Amino acid sequence: MFLLDHLWIILALPLLGSAINGLFGKNFPKSAVNSVAVGSVALSFLSAAEAVREFFLLAPAQIPFVKSYFTWMVGGEASAHPFRVDFALQIDQLTVVMLMVVTFVGMLIHIYSTGYMAHEGGYYRFFSYLNLFMFFMLTLVTGANLIVMFVGWEGVGLCSYLLIGFYFLKKSAADAGKKAFIVTRIGDFGFTVGILMVFATFGTVAFGEIFPQAGNISEPVLTTICILLFTGAIGKSAQLPLYVWLPDAMEGPTPVSALIHAATMVTAGVYMVARMNPLFSRAPVAMLIVAIVGAITAFYSATIGIAQTDIKKVLAYSTVSQLGYMFLACGVGAYSAGIFHLMTHAFFKGLLFLAAGSVIHAMGGEQDMMKMGGLRKKIPVTYWTMFIATLAIAGIPGFAGFFSKDAILEAAKDGPHANFILWLLGVTGAAITSFYMFRLVFLTFFGKPRYDEHKVHVHESPANMTVPLGILAFLSIFGGWFAAPKLIGGLDYFEKFLAPVFASSASAVESAPEAPAEATTPTMALVHSLTGWPVIVGVLGLLVAWYLYIKRPDLPKKWAQSMRGLYLLLLNKYYVDEIYAALIVRPLLWISTNVLWHVVDEGAIDGVVNGTATVARGSGGELRKIQSGNTRSYAAWVILGAVGFTALLFGLLEVAH
Amino acid sequence: MIPLILFILCAALAIAGAIVLIWAHEPIHSALALILVMVALAILYLLLGAPFISAVQIIVYAGAIMVLFVFVIMLLNFGLEERTNFSKLAIPGALLAVVLMAEIAHWLAHSSIGRAMANGPAAPATEASTVELSKMLFRQYLFPFEATSILILIAILGALVLARKES
Amino acid sequence: MTGAIPISWYLVLSAILFGLGVIAFVFKRNVITVFMSIELMLNAVNLAFVAFARAHDQLDGLVFVFFVIVVAAAEAAVGLAIVIMLAQNRQSLNVERVNLLKL
Repeated sequence: MFLLDHLWIILALPLLGSAINGLFGKNFPKSAVNSVAVGSVALSFLSAAEAVREFFLLAPAQIPFVKSYFTWMVGGEASAHPFRVDFALQIDQLTVVMLMVVTFVGMLIHIYSTGYMAHEGGYYRFFSYLNLFMFFMLTLVTGANLIVMFVGWEGVGLCSYLLIGFYFLKKSAADAGKKAFIVTRIGDFGFTVGILMVFATFGTVAFGEIFPQAGNISEPVLTTICILLFTGAIGKSAQLPLYVWLPDAMEGPTPVSALIHAATMVTAGVYMVARMNPLFSRAPVAMLIVAIVGAITAFYSATIGIAQTDIKKVLAYSTVSQLGYMFLACGVGAYSAGIFHLMTHAFFKGLLFLAAGSVIHAMGGEQDMMKMGGLRKKIPVTYWTMFIATLAIAGIPGFAGFFSKDAILEAAKDGPHANFILWLLGVTGAAITSFYMFRLVFLTFFGKPRYDEHKVHVHESPANMTVPLGILAFLSIFGGWFAAPKLIGGLDYFEKFLAPVFASSASAVESAPEAPAEATTPTMALVHSLTGWPVIVGVLGLLVAWYLYIKRPDLPKKWAQSMRGLYLLLLNKYYVDEIYAALIVRPLLWISTNVLWHVVDEGAIDGVVNGTATVARGSGGELRKIQSGNTRSYAAWVILGAVGFTALLFGLLEVAH
Repeated sequence: MIPLILFILCAALAIAGAIVLIWAHEPIHSALALILVMVALAILYLLLGAPFISAVQIIVYAGAIMVLFVFVIMLLNFGLEERTNFSKLAIPGALLAVVLMAEIAHWLAHSSIGRAMANGPAAPATEASTVELSKMLFRQYLFPFEATSILILIAILGALVLARKES
Repeated sequence: MTGAIPISWYLVLSAILFGLGVIAFVFKRNVITVFMSIELMLNAVNLAFVAFARAHDQLDGLVFVFFVIVVAAAEAAVGLAIVIMLAQNRQSLNVERVNLLKL
């Protein structure tokens, strides 16, 4: 069981690649940088695949397989609860899913980047950061305790900052990087407090030791812990109210948006909630909060996506929205549905971003959809892959997104923690999602070209970009099939596979009636799901988008004029950034400048230091006058000393006697 | 009776001499006043039963050191001492001196040690004779004795070096 | 002789003489006079030593007086040599003229 014993290899390979490229890559030719970067991730993928193969050879009792490599931190040995953190990695079914998704999609995006970034400066730096990100993400998903996971958590935040601000000479990019880091920091603070509470409550931070104890802890304590941990997820996975960094993160190169802000980093929050499911299941209030935040975010973000014109911004809001669905799934107890959607989302959202990158590359850097149009015939591969991905995200039957989204909405409607309002928000969000995604496709690829055809030479992307698109398109279609059949009464392999991970949640929750009694036969189930609301609204969205952007393209402008207020509200993303700036950022800056800078730093700290110097100089200046060169003043001082000494002497003698 | 009169007389002379030392305009007057003080003190030493010291005081202090002072004063005949313009720190200095005196007086009067010592002297058990004194000098205090003799030697050399004309 | 004089009287006299010596030290401007005030102070101290020697009925005080006188002699010798040099250099015996260290 070589690789299982040496899980760290999977992590170390990208780290090595990052180090080599970072330290020496400046002098490498592009081909060398490529080999190191893509090679390390490819090897990591192969190692992960091998580890998975070995995993399937394990007996059920050995899962989760935990291996501790060295003791990292030990503190307070004398006390009752020593703080012990090992660098330990584990692998269970959930880890298998995450490993495969992260390494495979990561590998594809690395390959894509060799084409996309071919003409950009800082080539080696990009791949060094990208590899570093892979290392941290893999640490996050394989960590066997909260601290190792937190290392990965923070590390991906760092890489996100580095990569968003990759074009650091551009002010908006640098600002976006800072914004991402700072906003996620707010969530990370709650997360840290949550970890501390976990330690205080359980006496340990290792998953294997926390989860068995979960049943003994009182509900309010668990609820608090879960809410605190969830705030970290709100930041990292861009939910309301800490989502504001994700749209700005589109300043980074498109492969970065694809990898980090669609497929992997932002899903870290979902992974964390799924991983901590024994705690969440025993804290229904926390679960409800998770579900509410997820559902509201899903709906809210979708509404903003309607009015955006930048192709990447639409996809960014779409990501926020889809993440909301994943949290909705976890919040209603359908953890495997949430992870399933995570996986399919990695496929189709990654594809959407890469295809958008291909469009931007073809258009020579143009990102505004209003300046595109009619690209269908010119970049057919990009068009078809993007169209497939859109079908997937809209939940059209047959594509991956259909199965995952349907599972989520089913759980929201009929599951153990079902809630009608949440379901309604989800379905409405799905309708809007379908609408704006097809709007994106129609605006970009259909209609007459709205750009100067002489200035922009639209050309298809090279093979190292189109092949990953193709692979992801394939996965967007067939990637959902092996979980599908629950609805058609078949295998439901995915949920069964993940069942052991969520077992304690299942037992902690009373089982509610499953699917309605009518859907007993496979055929009936199929019909039921095909005529379910998610499909209806998905198709509805497609139709509306077709009507507005192909049949009557003049209508959107008319509606925007007539509903100008609402339109502006959506276009300006509900002015949330402005509100935050006024309510939070400006007061904070004011306090920083006037209080902390002027008063504390300049006044108190500098004052103490300068004051010491001033006092020293002043007293020195005064004391200097004793040495006046005047003999008689010397005499006077001597006498003064004599008087004082005599008094002291007599006093001491008095006391001693 | 007689000791008391003698004491008061000598004390008065000593204090008078000291005051003349302060008040005199010419240094030679101050020197002579100091000689008077020393003589008065010598008598007081006699009263205290230390004849040897009394003799040494007259011979060495008044007879040699003060003669040296007079000699130098007359050598450096720079005339009258000008009217002093007071150094500003002198007045506090003088005040401090007064404070010092008062301090010691207070201490003598009120502290336990002072009161213990305020009683009159007991009848002397040991005669403060020369024999006894020299026994002490040459036994317990031999080292300081020799050291002071070397000190005098150094002083002579120093004085010679200092007073030599630069050649 | 009975009815001996209390030691404290000698000590008070010593203190007074010392104080007067301090005053002279501070107020006089002729270097030699200042020097003489030092001698006055030494004498006052000698008186105190002798008085204590008598009070404690020991001879150590007298020995100390002896040494004080010897040291005073040495000091007077060297000090007056310095005074002579000073007078030759500054052409004045005013202590305020000894101010080359003044700023």
